[in-house]
Amino acid sequence: MSHNAVVIGGNRTPFAKSGGVFAEASNHDLLTAAIDGLSARFGLAGTRIGEVAAGAVLKHPHDFNLTREAVLSSSLSPLSPACDLQQACGTGLETTIYIANKIALGQIDSGIAGGTDSASDAPITVSDPLRRILLKASAARSTRDRIKAFAKVRPSYLAPEAPRVVEPRTGLSMGEHQALTTKTWQIGREDQDELAAASHHKLAAAWDKGFFDDLVTPYLGVTRDAIMRPDTTVAKLSQLKPAFGGANGTMTAGNSTALSDGAATVLLANEDWAREHHLPVLARFVDGNVTAVDHPAGSDLLLAPVAATGRMLDRNGLTLDDFDLVEIHEAFASTVLATLAAWESDEYCRGIGINSAIGTLDRTKLNVCGSSLAVGHPFAATGARIVPTLAKLLHERGPGSRGLISICAAGGQGVVAILEAM
Amino acid sequence: MSTLEKVFYSPIGRAVASKVGLKEPQKLRRGRSWPQGAIVLAALGKSTLAADTLMLLGRATEFPIVDSPAGNPPGYPTRIGALVVDATDLTQVAELEALRAVLRPAVRALEASGRVIILARVAHGDWETQAVARALDGINRTVGKELRRGATANLVVVDGEVTPSDLVSTLGFALQGRSAFVDGQTWHVGASSKIVDALADQPLAGRTIVVTGAARGIGAQISRVLARDGATIVAVDIPPAGEALAAVANEVGGTALQLDITADDAGVLIAAHVAGRGHELYGIVHNAGITRDKMLVNTDADRWASVLDVNLAAQMRINTVLLDPATAGGLADGGRIIGIASTSGLAGNKGQTNYAASKAGVAGLVGAMAPDLADRAITTNAVAPGFIETDMTARIPFVQREIFQRGNSLSQGGKPVDVAETIGYLLDPDSAGVTGQVIRVCGQNLVGA
Repeated sequence: MSHNAVVIGGNRTPFAKSGGVFAEASNHDLLTAAIDGLSARFGLAGTRIGEVAAGAVLKHPHDFNLTREAVLSSSLSPLSPACDLQQACGTGLETTIYIANKIALGQIDSGIAGGTDSASDAPITVSDPLRRILLKASAARSTRDRIKAFAKVRPSYLAPEAPRVVEPRTGLSMGEHQALTTKTWQIGREDQDELAAASHHKLAAAWDKGFFDDLVTPYLGVTRDAIMRPDTTVAKLSQLKPAFGGANGTMTAGNSTALSDGAATVLLANEDWAREHHLPVLARFVDGNVTAVDHPAGSDLLLAPVAATGRMLDRNGLTLDDFDLVEIHEAFASTVLATLAAWESDEYCRGIGINSAIGTLDRTKLNVCGSSLAVGHPFAATGARIVPTLAKLLHERGPGSRGLISICAAGGQGVVAILEAM
Repeated sequence: MSTLEKVFYSPIGRAVASKVGLKEPQKLRRGRSWPQGAIVLAALGKSTLAADTLMLLGRATEFPIVDSPAGNPPGYPTRIGALVVDATDLTQVAELEALRAVLRPAVRALEASGRVIILARVAHGDWETQAVARALDGINRTVGKELRRGATANLVVVDGEVTPSDLVSTLGFALQGRSAFVDGQTWHVGASSKIVDALADQPLAGRTIVVTGAARGIGAQISRVLARDGATIVAVDIPPAGEALAAVANEVGGTALQLDITADDAGVLIAAHVAGRGHELYGIVHNAGITRDKMLVNTDADRWASVLDVNLAAQMRINTVLLDPATAGGLADGGRIIGIASTSGLAGNKGQTNYAASKAGVAGLVGAMAPDLADRAITTNAVAPGFIETDMTARIPFVQREIFQRGNSLSQGGKPVDVAETIGYLLDPDSAGVTGQVIRVCGQNLVGA
């Protein structure tokens, strides 16, 4: 018995810059809103879903059961089980792979994959010395011991700690890592700005023609992606100062993704379940793959998806030309450009254990509705944003159309997947 | 809430208001509830139409007390719940005395939220018969205005071939709390081939109904009431209203369709959604509407066009698509189309030429479509809300709002549920003989028609 895992559709909140319109919304709120919008679109209120898997990268300790709690707050049947998964920026795609695999194995008929992140709702913690003192004070048996413990508090201990956005192994931020890659691959400033401007223009055009009417549900009065700048130009972007790579760096706030808030979900099911429930069948989930690179040893951290893509294409007997559309997550404009350059390089591909260059991409197939530079990038949500968008685009092109997704993630990991329209 | 409003609703404010004659409005009986007191049946001729219909409704009836020409008028010993008058045999002016004689004691004895319902024949025949038919309308409107404590009067005009089967849903609606804010109205019931032997509790079970403008206010309430009556709701609203729309869809267990009804492909998208979900479309409630109020001297072409397009032209375009038998997900035979007119449209309203045009247009539209769709057993009707308490009307300044909402026979604003219940009645498969009608849900507005 075969279990085709298919994408039925998706729903997300609009994405917004962190500290902005969604500043008061928690990860729980955002994920619940995304699930509720999905439920409304497909009539799932009260429906028992096989499993819901979602996650957040920046997560409060009290959100240990974030997804299950969001399910309980949502209109889905409370009998829908859920789990939290996290694979940095790959979370939304990794949850999709997890749900698709369970469906393919016949363990569940239906599932929701998702991700949420709120850089506004980041867990602020106390410093390690203060934590030790608090523990000691709480364990103290006498007031005297307690006072003694507290006497060791230094003013510097009291500063709250925001989650660190650096790679623990290298001490470099993601932007600093990408700056190294940008330099290695000699990615020019103008190319990056052009890609960024195009992302905004393509996203705006998609919004204007109503493409997102069945992919996004407004949230807290925000009806469109709030980071989107339809009127931005290469000329405007060229005015921005470098943000990474020193004074001569080419990476700016304009061609790097903004810290964002938002949540996204994908509804998956086995094909029979979808058809029995009269739900649209947009695309088949063909395959997914995750690889890692040894970035502490010097590998390009954000190019981890290249190896993932190469191996996945090989095992499916596919080449780049077999794809009608390609979605490469725009962590930075230069990440996309370096990825494309790496795909073209025999030397790089052989170096990571792939037989030959992946190939040269026809750029008209790339991110046709814009991507993270314009939409925003709530870390865990991005994969679950891309899957339904791509599935809908492929479905519009007709059965058999194939799409590739490539997402880079912290820790030198890459998550990739193939969808095929039905 | 303004300071003035707070003072008005404080205990002292209430006491003062009642002294100057502003009475606390009667809380209306609503929902699928019957009158508490006896249902008195007065058949003024040989007709058993009302009696047989009440029997199908399972309501016991009592004989009326008839006013005597002289002496102290006799009275009912206790409050009565309703007076149903079968006046279908009345043809002469002299016979109207029989109506007066049953109305006089009954009006005095009617309970709060009681009902006077008069059944009459469509006016044709000689001059006197037609004059008498019109006289009944005047009597009904006046009784409506004289009744107190939330009681209402309505006149149901029936075709010659109408059977009790055709009247079950109508008389049930008129007697129950669902018709709370329908007062002083006259509407027409024709004959159909449907056999009905009882009032259905969930008449819309298994039926898919599209409600536009469903995200909030009256549209959200329509969705809730129709879902309560068994319908599967496709809730439609513009994409920016999606968050509230999703909440409504999830609450009623339906689906949300984010869609601008003025888009060229709106009808196609609605049908595709219905067909895609494996449903057959039973009905559509064209509830979405906008206002762009200005005095006519300040009304430009944009204000004019946008209101007429959203409120009238869009639903005509959508109807065209849904009525095409070739459209998968289009309206099935025996289906229902509901428009939302407005008392502003029927009576005119200062500052609302564009709105009045669109809403009177809706009334014209359902009237025009009805005979043309009769062979497919599709009915087309409209409701015309008066002052309904919604988020929108809550923004009207307090004093003005008080005046508006008290300006009807029930001395209060209606609730969105009152509009929704009336729509539910028109959508009832058993209301097959009701078509081309415009029922005002206005508590009998004192101003206007």
